[in-house]
Amino acid sequence: MSTATDSLPVVALRRIGSMSLFLGQVVARIGPAFTRPALIVRQIYNAGARSLVIIMLSGMFVGMVLGLLGFDVFQRFGSEDYVGVLAALGNLKVLGPVLTALLFAGRAGTSLTSEIGLMKSTEQLTAMQMMAVDPVRYVVVPRFLGGFIAMPLLSATFTLIALYGAQLIGVQQMGVDAGAYWSQTQNAVDLHDVWEGIAKSLVFGMAVSLVAVYEGYHAEPTPEGVGLATTRTVVISSVLVLLLNYLLTAAFLTTK
Amino acid sequence: MIFDGLDITARRGRITAFMGPSGTGKTTLLRLITGQSYAERGSVKVFGEEVSKMSTGELFGLRRRMGMLFQNGALLTDLDVYENVAFPLRAHTKLPESLVRQLVLTKLHAVGLRGAARLMPAELSGGMARRVALARAIVMDPEILIYDEPFVGLDPISMGVICRLIKQMNEALGITSIVVSHDVQELASIAHDSFLLSGGRVVASGTPEELNRSDIPEVRQFMDGLADGPVAFHYPAPDYSAELLDEAADAT
Repeated sequence: MSTATDSLPVVALRRIGSMSLFLGQVVARIGPAFTRPALIVRQIYNAGARSLVIIMLSGMFVGMVLGLLGFDVFQRFGSEDYVGVLAALGNLKVLGPVLTALLFAGRAGTSLTSEIGLMKSTEQLTAMQMMAVDPVRYVVVPRFLGGFIAMPLLSATFTLIALYGAQLIGVQQMGVDAGAYWSQTQNAVDLHDVWEGIAKSLVFGMAVSLVAVYEGYHAEPTPEGVGLATTRTVVISSVLVLLLNYLLTAAFLTTK
Repeated sequence: MIFDGLDITARRGRITAFMGPSGTGKTTLLRLITGQSYAERGSVKVFGEEVSKMSTGELFGLRRRMGMLFQNGALLTDLDVYENVAFPLRAHTKLPESLVRQLVLTKLHAVGLRGAARLMPAELSGGMARRVALARAIVMDPEILIYDEPFVGLDPISMGVICRLIKQMNEALGITSIVVSHDVQELASIAHDSFLLSGGRVVASGTPEELNRSDIPEVRQFMDGLADGPVAFHYPAPDYSAELLDEAADAT
């Protein structure tokens, strides 16, 4: 239990420890949770399909901005053909997974936290325990898996739409030659870059989903407590995603 | 310390009522019985087994033999009425869907809500939600049924319905019932044994009639609904006039 006198590192350390133990509980129940796949499919729909519109819209605008920015920068060097390279590498390696994770934390993460927090405050989790049903297995694990599975799919959608948006601006509007645009992109992007994006989206999906379900499950069972837990989900998830992004980018750079 | 020298037995097949003013630890007592909390000292036994010494598996085994009705019903808000009642069956059994349907409809019929099977919890009134929760609590045919403040916030009709259902469950199914409440009149009409808690101890016990005849000040205050008595109306505070005069002196 945190006290007001605990310093920030102590609070952070305690939270990391508690979250790690919680992750252990979740992982131990993943196998049994697959005996009821309908629960997981429903959560993939909740976390994934319901976030699709915001992800697609954001992907389109990010791609279009990358197209404009790339054209502005590269035309100064007479290398407009490289707009596609910037858009593809930027989206695949960084912007796709990171922005999707941040949007996912704001859209689906908060929803997961408030849903579980409200279930706690209305004694639904206690009622499950009284029915000899483990709430971690029935409530937490399906939501965690739903987020973990949905996140890479959303990230892939974001990236594809962003690539289309960049192409729309670079080729259709600014007049970059389509052949040069795509051939430069194809030459610059290799499988390692694709793997980097996939790995990041998997790690971010796990991190954001874990933070969301943890905060909901440990929320104070009051309206204020649920509100604070929801805020913590966005703050912790966002910082964690940016930190992990740096670490993963550095790690992939050294293994290239 | 919440309880001091508490000695209570709820007998098999009877309706036992725990009464007392708010804040006396009635809900805490239920949490001790169901293994949601453990006492630092003393013993809580259910079916002759010490609850605090049970493993998680044993505790879940015990809870399968119990049903609990929560104050607000605690229905799962993402499931409709039918699925709420079916929830324990789906979690603990592999019964075919036809049998699950039969059991669910039987229990819903018993609480008069078979027609509400496809409503969502948000569409139910407080009394209906509690009746659905009661159907869910009995769907696994428990040996003990625990009611936590079943009458709170209900209109007289709903209160009467819940009262009648508690009695019916006890008489028709032989379920041992433990009811925690501070609604004296309702409990008096259904309880076989009553315990009046105050200040962390039992101040009186017996049948509701015996409690009604008691001369103990705590019992009289509670049964007659008196504002003043052993349970003080005022929360402990400094002297009223002294505090007002201090404030006036500070202002000048």
